[in-house]
Amino acid sequence: MINENLIPKIGVITDIRRDTPDVKTFRVVGTDGKKLFEHMPGQCAMVSVPGAGECMFSITSSPTNEEYMEFSIKKCGCVTSIIHSLEVGQQITVRGPYGRNFPVEGEFRGKDLLFIAGGIGLAPLRSVINYVRHYRKNYGKVVVVYGARSKDDLVDIEEIQSEWEKEPDFKVYLTIDRPQEGWDGHVGFVPAYVSELGLDPSMTAVLCGPPIMIKFTLAGLLQLGFDKSRVYTTLELRMKCGIGKCGRCNVGDKFVCKDGPVFRFDELDELPDEY
Amino acid sequence: MRDVELKMKERAAALLKSGEVARVIGWKKGEFYFDPSPASFETEEELSEFVYNGFCGANLSKYLIAASKKPGKTAVFLKPCDTYSFNQLVKEHRVARENILVIGVECQGKLDIEKIRRKGVTGVTEVEEEKDGVEVTSLYGTDKFPREEILLEKCLCCKGKKFMVADETIVLHEMPETKNDRFAGVEKLEKMTAEERFAFWQKELSKCIRCNACRNVCPACSCVKCVFDNPASGIAAKANDTSFEEQMFHIIRAFHVAGRCTDCGECSRVCPQHIPLHLLNRKFIKDMDTLYGEFQAGETADGKTPLTEYTEGDAEPKDAFKAEGQNA
Amino acid sequence: MLKIAKEKLGGLYGEISASMPLWLPVKKAGEVNYAPYKEDAEVSLETLKTVKSPKDLFFPQSEEMMRFKTEGKNIEIIDVRTEKQPFVLFGVKGCDFRAFDVLDNVFLDEPVDTYYKERREAATVVTLACSRPEESCFCKVFGIDATAPGGDVTTWLDEKYLYWQPNTRKGEALTEKVKGLFEEGGESEVEAQREKTKEIVDKLPFSALNLSRFKPENLNELFDLPVWQSLSEACLGCGACTFVCPTCQCFDIRDFRTNDGIIRFRCWDSCMYSDFTQMAAANSRTTQMQRYRQRFMHKLVYYPARYNGVYSCVGCGRCVNKCPQHLNIVKVVKTIGGEKHD
Repeated sequence: MINENLIPKIGVITDIRRDTPDVKTFRVVGTDGKKLFEHMPGQCAMVSVPGAGECMFSITSSPTNEEYMEFSIKKCGCVTSIIHSLEVGQQITVRGPYGRNFPVEGEFRGKDLLFIAGGIGLAPLRSVINYVRHYRKNYGKVVVVYGARSKDDLVDIEEIQSEWEKEPDFKVYLTIDRPQEGWDGHVGFVPAYVSELGLDPSMTAVLCGPPIMIKFTLAGLLQLGFDKSRVYTTLELRMKCGIGKCGRCNVGDKFVCKDGPVFRFDELDELPDEY
Repeated sequence: MRDVELKMKERAAALLKSGEVARVIGWKKGEFYFDPSPASFETEEELSEFVYNGFCGANLSKYLIAASKKPGKTAVFLKPCDTYSFNQLVKEHRVARENILVIGVECQGKLDIEKIRRKGVTGVTEVEEEKDGVEVTSLYGTDKFPREEILLEKCLCCKGKKFMVADETIVLHEMPETKNDRFAGVEKLEKMTAEERFAFWQKELSKCIRCNACRNVCPACSCVKCVFDNPASGIAAKANDTSFEEQMFHIIRAFHVAGRCTDCGECSRVCPQHIPLHLLNRKFIKDMDTLYGEFQAGETADGKTPLTEYTEGDAEPKDAFKAEGQNA
Repeated sequence: MLKIAKEKLGGLYGEISASMPLWLPVKKAGEVNYAPYKEDAEVSLETLKTVKSPKDLFFPQSEEMMRFKTEGKNIEIIDVRTEKQPFVLFGVKGCDFRAFDVLDNVFLDEPVDTYYKERREAATVVTLACSRPEESCFCKVFGIDATAPGGDVTTWLDEKYLYWQPNTRKGEALTEKVKGLFEEGGESEVEAQREKTKEIVDKLPFSALNLSRFKPENLNELFDLPVWQSLSEACLGCGACTFVCPTCQCFDIRDFRTNDGIIRFRCWDSCMYSDFTQMAAANSRTTQMQRYRQRFMHKLVYYPARYNGVYSCVGCGRCVNKCPQHLNIVKVVKTIGGEKHD
């Protein structure tokens, strides 16, 4: 049969991890127990529970994981609420991968990398960070700045603390918005923290998080001397098809599903401010 | 008509100049004589595009929902029939009455370019209004038609030339009373057998393209979020998924506006497929008149409506519904 | 060139529809739209503009994409498509035919939309030249020759005859089937009609619209024009323009629960609708001005930027006739298309 771009594959949920009060990470494999398809860091997939609808999510797991895919999903609407109610063993549908990935085999090679994430914004970055860890020698030093509302809202904190922080040449800075019992780390918003850290502006940066965080963090980075052409982010808009046809995820003449979701800020400067 | 337009323009200019109002809602000239658009004018200069002619059929009331929330007062030109919708919107607390200056304007019955096209005149480029008729110039010749032949459907059942509400009026000529039987169309349908009537609506409603023009133009459809747009409602839909669904949409809508529909006829005016949607609403109006006594929505901006008031003499369901399609 | 007397057209329709479905402009409840030919169908080739364009032969207003059956935790996906049978689409005007190219660019671009492609391949398109353009027509602005619309077969209609000119192998195959009904000739009549029509087209009120400012390099400048506010102020946010437009192709995908499993269908959607870009917690276009701007920027700037400068408007003028408040693309072009305007 001809290639079926809109007909999904069936996936099985093999593990569900509760990361934060409103974020769960779902591990998915095909009905044959194998990975559904290959992807690159930053790419997305359309996940659906038939009857509830399809939604686009970034693939959280690294392509270097050969066994399964993971999706970290925040409960915020109809479809995500239903996904959150699912149990291990439940089948769902998945199609993808969609979109342009981070240039891990292009511009990122050999560079020092700075990852800045807020809240669920870590989900798309986890894929690229773990990819970089896997091919560690291909990249320079790595700095991760990650913040959330509270310590309970830090996604994947276990993996961060048990694995990332132990990597050589790999620095992790965590912060939460307000002081909290049991937290002796940094307290404060991500943009302010980034400015405080006195980061090296020659690094290539990747930002992901709520729009307000992106806005202020970017301004801070530019002040530190970062160049927009070396700062990346990933956009999220409403999508239905994932293949540049349904017409709703455009920013100017670019479709987020096809030309994005990964964009550099110098590219976004060329586009209308409608995202 | 030109003198009316001139007078309206003068009044609008004076209101904007004095600062009495922040904006005036009226009509702006289009590409041709017959396609003016509703428009909001905020400066005297903008009024150069102001127009009022036989093709200003659009009911401007609904624009007041947004306008009355803006800072400053809004003046609006309403034809007699539009004032019913205005009252209804005030009654439903959609429009803040104190923010609006209602200027009632003369209406000689509004014209329908589509009716001219239906007479086989295509490529119309110019229409000239004369006393009793219009002269139509097209790419292929000229024609004359008496006004009554090309009136908008809604004007064939004119509710009268009285303004239900107006802070001031601009009336320079006598307005002819159109005496037509408002329920003739409904009665024709009532005389059909159930099968015939079903076939009639099936044929009409199957043309529906779900563009929502009828709903979006309707002054009674003022819900902030329509149930058909709300994914949480479980019935949100953009297309007719089954052949029955298109009927559901229109019938549910007719039910929802029953008792509030002033019969302004905008639904039928805007339908790209010319579905006679007003017949659904008029059927409800006729039934309510029969069952609860005569009532005209929008006559006043207060008071109860037959469907929101309980009286002991209210019709029982068995009176309202008769099997065999006698009263469908 | 072949010709057939007008009164014999019923025979032609009958002959074609005997072997495969024939879609053509048919009047139903007063309105002319494309419908399958039946003996009692009121065919109206004289109608210049069907209410809906023929795009829904390839991109239906609503189409079932697949079904799901669920049992316990398991899901079964059922591909409901059947092999598309060949069909003939008859009477397509030049503007609507060009609109197929506009749709092809989107749906046949990689990754291909197979639902669309299968229908497109199954069709033999017979076009019909225009001889009585209307005031709202402006196909000339987009370089369309309404007097020679192309397609698998081009036809012309005058008082007495329908003239028939196959252009492609598909067209010739169709001609072969119905050849017996035709006689030879008609070149000079067609030529004369074309000349006459072109004269009218040249004089149409919108034939000289200036599109020069709608270029990809002006994208941000045009986007930021304050005049979008007044252009859009009367917009009701309905989808009439979108749904009668031959090139609008945005769609929604939704699931529908039935007693017989879950249907996933897609249907036309409109960027004019308030929920078009609504997400659970955000919406990139919250005002009607933004939605209105999106529609016209898409047609005149974004689409050309993606597809070699081709505009996503063919000048059919349906929106000019159908907008309840008479807002339309012509107003946009006149206001900001040529000379600078802020």
